[in-house]
Amino acid sequence: MLHVVAELEGNVTAIAYGLSAIGPGIGVGIVWAAYIQATARQPESAGLTRTYAFLGAALSEALALIGFVAPLVLT
Amino acid sequence: MIAAILAADSGKSSTILASDSGGRGEGYVPPTVEEFFPPPIFEFSFLGLDFEITRITIISWIAVAALIVFFYSAARRARIVPGKLQYAGESAYNLIRDGVGRDVIGKDAKPFIPYLATLFFFILFNNIMGIVPFAQISPSAKIAYPAFMALLTYLLYLGVGIKRHGFFPYFKGLIIVPGVPVYMHVLLIPIEFLSNVIARPFTLAIRLFANMFAGHLLLVVFSLGGAYLLVQPNISVIFSPLAFAVAIAMTFFEILVAALQAYVFTILTAVYLEESVAGGH
Repeated sequence: MLHVVAELEGNVTAIAYGLSAIGPGIGVGIVWAAYIQATARQPESAGLTRTYAFLGAALSEALALIGFVAPLVLT
Repeated sequence: MIAAILAADSGKSSTILASDSGGRGEGYVPPTVEEFFPPPIFEFSFLGLDFEITRITIISWIAVAALIVFFYSAARRARIVPGKLQYAGESAYNLIRDGVGRDVIGKDAKPFIPYLATLFFFILFNNIMGIVPFAQISPSAKIAYPAFMALLTYLLYLGVGIKRHGFFPYFKGLIIVPGVPVYMHVLLIPIEFLSNVIARPFTLAIRLFANMFAGHLLLVVFSLGGAYLLVQPNISVIFSPLAFAVAIAMTFFEILVAALQAYVFTILTAVYLEESVAGGH
């Protein structure tokens, strides 16, 4: 016999997106932190590493983007 | 609608904390996805396809018209010593040519720079329409626009790769990581295939779409919230200016997002093209 202790009204996909954004949030933070650190240590490398920073951010952001569309697709 | 069942063991002393669904949202209607599907202004059929010209279509035409007028008038009377407008146009083009094209692709950048510059300014002008008064919705917030641009980029970099290296060598370079032990390929080939062939165009489109979509909804939520609080008969009316202030701050934030997303789309296109030119890994 199950007893309802707490009930939630609304759309569960909001929670799903929130969960899927945790990892990419940390990942994008690490990427830009590393880029800023690299630029601070060696300012002339800013143009060289900018591309890789965007590429790294885009790769980790992909997971959050999949989390964003999954609810739209699965409803 | 879900019911999260948190206690399943015993029946005694379990408290019911179910929220009352009837008690909220009396007058306030939150914005929905319907925001992005305005009624058509006129519609017609062509070759069996139904076309609907909506407000968003017209906004996109205005953005493109502004783009054409700007670059045409900047390049109309080109001089060796540029005037103000010509200088603005040249700096805008140089931003993409040097900052994206030559920095990322390198010496083979020349044939791709017109595409990159067109892509950047088309996305930028369309994104900026999200905060232009009376337009205030970006065509990029409809998935069709980013999806088609991502498809163009996808076909372009696949085409360039196949043309330069041949079909099989190019795909071998895309999915096989050189210099790893043979048994690692069992794991690496599916990952590389997913990330390089499937996820790239998908994320390229969704990134732009999601940013514009969420940005528009954010502005609508705060503006509607402010307007709703303003007509409240009780003390909560004092929070209305706060909601409007956030809406204005978010509008400025949207300028940043519009420019950044156009730049990200362009630089990722350039990175993918560079990989096609250089031959994958």
